[in-house]
Amino acid sequence: MRVELRNIHKHFGPVHANAGITLTFEEGKIHGLLGENGAGKSTLMKILSGFYRPDDGEIYLDGQRVSFHHPADALRQGVGMLHQDPLDFPVMTVLENFMAGSPGGMVPDKRKARKSLKTLGEQFGFHLDPDATVASLTVGERQQLEILRLLWLGARVLIFDEPTTGISAQQKERLFQALRQLASEGRTIIFVTHKLYEVQELCDTAAVLRLGKLMGRRTAPYDLDDLVKLMFGRVLKMERKPAVPLGEPIFRVEDLAVESARVRIRNVYLEVRAGEVIGLAGMEGSGQRYLLRACAGLLRPTSGRVWFRGREMTGRSYLDFYQAGATYLPATRLEEGLLPGLRVADHLVLTRGSRGFFVNERHARDLAQEAIRTFNIRGRPDSMVEALSGGNQQRLLLSLLRPNLSLLFLEHPTRGLDMESTLWVWEQLLERCRQGTAIFFMSSDLDELLNYSDRILVFFAGQVSAPIPAEELDTESLGRLIGGYGFVPVEEAQTMSVGEAAHAR
Amino acid sequence: MDTLLVGLAGVVALSTPVVLATLGEILTERAGVINLALNGTILLSAMTGFAVAVNSGSLLWGFLAGGTVGMTVALLVTFTSLTLGQSQVAVGFVLTLLTRDLSYFLGNPYMGKQGPRLPHWPLPVLQDIPILGPLLFRHDLMVYLSYVVILGMWFWFFYTRPGLILRGLGERPAAAYVRGARVRELRYLYAALGGFLAGLAGPAYSLSVKAGWKGTISGLDGIGWIALALTIFGGWHPLRGALGAYLFGLLQWLSLVLQPQLKDIPSQVLQVAPFPTMILLLLFVNIGNTEWMQRTLAGLPPEVRRLVERALRALQVSPPAALGKVFREE
Amino acid sequence: MPGERREAMVTLLFRLASVVFALLLTALVLVLVQAPPLEAFRLILKGAFGSPKKVADIFVIWIPLLLTSAGLLLTFHAGLWNIGIEGQIVLGAVFATGVLRYLQDTTIAPTLALILAFVAAALGGMIWALLSGVLKVYGGVNEIFSGLGLDFVAVTLVLYLIFGPWKRPGVGSMSGTEPFPRELWLPTLEKMRLSPWALALALVAWIMVIVLLQRSYFGLRLRAVGRNPRAAYLMMGLSPARLTLLAFAICGVFAGLAGAIQVTAVYHRLIPAISSGYGWLGLLVGMLVNYSPIWIGPVAWFFAMLNLGSIQLPIVLKVDSTLAGVLQGTLVYSFLLGEGIRMKWQQRRREIGESE
Repeated sequence: MRVELRNIHKHFGPVHANAGITLTFEEGKIHGLLGENGAGKSTLMKILSGFYRPDDGEIYLDGQRVSFHHPADALRQGVGMLHQDPLDFPVMTVLENFMAGSPGGMVPDKRKARKSLKTLGEQFGFHLDPDATVASLTVGERQQLEILRLLWLGARVLIFDEPTTGISAQQKERLFQALRQLASEGRTIIFVTHKLYEVQELCDTAAVLRLGKLMGRRTAPYDLDDLVKLMFGRVLKMERKPAVPLGEPIFRVEDLAVESARVRIRNVYLEVRAGEVIGLAGMEGSGQRYLLRACAGLLRPTSGRVWFRGREMTGRSYLDFYQAGATYLPATRLEEGLLPGLRVADHLVLTRGSRGFFVNERHARDLAQEAIRTFNIRGRPDSMVEALSGGNQQRLLLSLLRPNLSLLFLEHPTRGLDMESTLWVWEQLLERCRQGTAIFFMSSDLDELLNYSDRILVFFAGQVSAPIPAEELDTESLGRLIGGYGFVPVEEAQTMSVGEAAHAR
Repeated sequence: MDTLLVGLAGVVALSTPVVLATLGEILTERAGVINLALNGTILLSAMTGFAVAVNSGSLLWGFLAGGTVGMTVALLVTFTSLTLGQSQVAVGFVLTLLTRDLSYFLGNPYMGKQGPRLPHWPLPVLQDIPILGPLLFRHDLMVYLSYVVILGMWFWFFYTRPGLILRGLGERPAAAYVRGARVRELRYLYAALGGFLAGLAGPAYSLSVKAGWKGTISGLDGIGWIALALTIFGGWHPLRGALGAYLFGLLQWLSLVLQPQLKDIPSQVLQVAPFPTMILLLLFVNIGNTEWMQRTLAGLPPEVRRLVERALRALQVSPPAALGKVFREE
Repeated sequence: MPGERREAMVTLLFRLASVVFALLLTALVLVLVQAPPLEAFRLILKGAFGSPKKVADIFVIWIPLLLTSAGLLLTFHAGLWNIGIEGQIVLGAVFATGVLRYLQDTTIAPTLALILAFVAAALGGMIWALLSGVLKVYGGVNEIFSGLGLDFVAVTLVLYLIFGPWKRPGVGSMSGTEPFPRELWLPTLEKMRLSPWALALALVAWIMVIVLLQRSYFGLRLRAVGRNPRAAYLMMGLSPARLTLLAFAICGVFAGLAGAIQVTAVYHRLIPAISSGYGWLGLLVGMLVNYSPIWIGPVAWFFAMLNLGSIQLPIVLKVDSTLAGVLQGTLVYSFLLGEGIRMKWQQRRREIGESE
């Protein structure tokens, strides 16, 4: 199905998210849609899939003018979208998810649906247990389920929004294969991403958006520097972490274990020195969050001992760690990091500790002014935090970290950020390292892990590997490890000789 | 044996309004809306149902009036929270107080009046089944209606196409939306239906189980809160919720029956027993979620830990993930 | 800025409109029971302001209501629905009665006995509130349900005491326990039920809450935990558990004191309805003031006036005195309604303004 977008405009308040975009997607091809966060690609795709209605402009499918009032409208006419975080129901089974929203009578035909799921899955090599709950699936498997569902409902145009975030190398390989197969069957595939190498590997054409406008259209093969310039207007590169002289050991765990119904992390021995960065790699839900939380005192380890700055902290709570100079930065900013309804100044006063009984309003404003200046936050001391934009919230969150922190735990420090902001965030974090802060972070971005970690812990299926120096890994080998290939859990590794372990890796 | 059976049949009848209210709330909350006004709703619908039945002489009109009251209150809660963005807890709480006072104020002229009562209507054939017959099938129409509602809701939730979407509404409205659901309209619809069911609980008292209107001494104040607690205890599952309601009825009955035997325990203690029981039940189903419990568990030896974890998980319930949250299309 | 002043004007207009709307709704309810609305409103005012003694009686209601509202504002700011407040008042009353009953047969100085009774009442209210707090923090039980259950338990406890161990010589009755000897009554103004001591206590509580919530670190921390306990814990290193328990404890103390005042200054004995529903009413006050501690004073006073004014209604108009409750509930509901409409309206205006 041939898709034509003509002169699409969309405003959000003062933001002109799509400023007159005209684009055609031919059928039987894979089309890359490139751009940084805020470039307008998600907005454009949400317009095409019926989520948003454009302020102006037209959509044509095979030359027919269409307008969608609802995502289901778009799907009925053949346009389906796979969202970055698959929009499914985690508590229900695979089969129930597959059937939910399908047209038909009051009582769905379970047997028929089960059969369709199986046959469709076989076509693409997707093997999903229809009776498993979706919550037990990996992100990659949830994507597979969504793809099958959209195809079952007759999608002929498929939009993929950043589908490779959080999935393993093998799953990515299988996904790309499926996309090629779909295109060869005559479907139109639109692949939204900000990763250039994926475009190079997969896409027949690439359209680049920046600041709501179409910057250009290219066909394979690509000149990468050319694409980068289209995206950013200049050349940007993620640099490897500069050598920071490491200080004294400040954090140590011995024989740590975290066990629950889902994870079996055992025999973790780790000594971290001031200024060191430890990356936690793994597919979403492989257990990395458990270890991160156990190290920060948010979870109580089931056994083992922990030392922080020379004091034994085994079994202590997060508040003790916080007092001793550690902070845990959650992934979701407004939900877990900021206090809606309170001002920027309130936030700073609360994190900088208090002297005396009464709040000193002048002091609070001064603190806030300073943070606003240093961290380039667009807002005033008495702005409510929920009124700040996403990027400003992220910067405020970083400004809230106390000076002289010894240990920082981060969940996905740059998820959802564009390249420029990512580089800025890491600049701030590395500056902390230089001042002696050790960092633990989990991420699903392999480049980020490889570039900024000194050592990496790999998680697979609730188990953890021994720490691996980042120099010994590259994107490919790390991608394989998080998919379980050559993965050796630390407890088994210890019974092997060093040579065997190296070989297994 | 026969007295026991008669007693248990009484439990079934006595529990019926609680079953209706609990199931109404389960339906509402599955769609993502909390209707905290349940307690006042039951009082106002009991009074209204009774008053309408007295004035019109028609039981049917009485029940319809009760249901309509429940539906209206539920729609007010939904409108003020979903459309106007006010806190669902605050709105529900104000309305529960307001409807309670309204029922006492408007019901004043009907205090102690004689009114119609739903006649017993044993079901032919079914009533002759040994044990089950006398237990379940020698009641009035409301009791039979409650059976239909229990089974119907269970079937609707887990075996129908709209049921799939309904469960999704409270879980992840955005996912329901891309599957073609009109989230806001459906939430209004289910809240109204749930409110109607809860509204039937009122006349199920005032026209059947505890016929008449006696104002503050009707003994109905508190039932709605019990139903709200049972919604949680039942894990938002219609069968488990109904089971909870019957257990609660059994407890009430036991306290009445046992009273003469337990002379040492003052009668007041037994009358209030359901409320601490409610707290205990909620404690059992929720304690596994607390950070404190998880920390304690991690410190136990592995064998004990696994045992306790398993026990807690069997009891544990978790609410629909999007309960009480507003969803905006676009 | 003129824009801000305009917004403030709009807010004020909406609030006035919701008061008018509430009055209209209540009038409608009165028409339903075939009572003349204007006459009813006039009677309420007459019942409240008809004589100096009546005006003093407004304050008699205002004092415990102000205490509970002040306590509730702390729990509101900590993000808690302390529905257990009724029970906390009752437990305060029970503890005060217990101490006074014990001490009335000794030779202890009456002043000391009263002070001990107030201390015990504060303790009683605090224990009952902490029960809710502990159940929430360590048991995961929502405070709405634990509080409600504990309310019923507390009321039953009073009934048990009145008909059991503390019953009047002869036979127990709904009229309560035997009144205390006069020297154990909290001193009141001449020929009135208004006690200056109680008034002072309530005013101190009110001012304390204003200072705590608007100026102190403690208030800021409480708000932080109320707004987002998770972020307060992770980013600010605050302990939501401790602050939650503290908020409950202080609120329980205030409620307990209100119970003690009911016993020592108003009824001089323990009666079944000792809380007079001031806990529920306090919750309505808390919702109506929208987190602002200064406003609880006037709003609680207005509610107290309505309560007092409607006492005579059943005799004169043959309508139930719950009219006050209906009016109060309607007021709060139409306030929420008005706020919702105002925010929607202002948001729409902003959007139009931006796209121009």
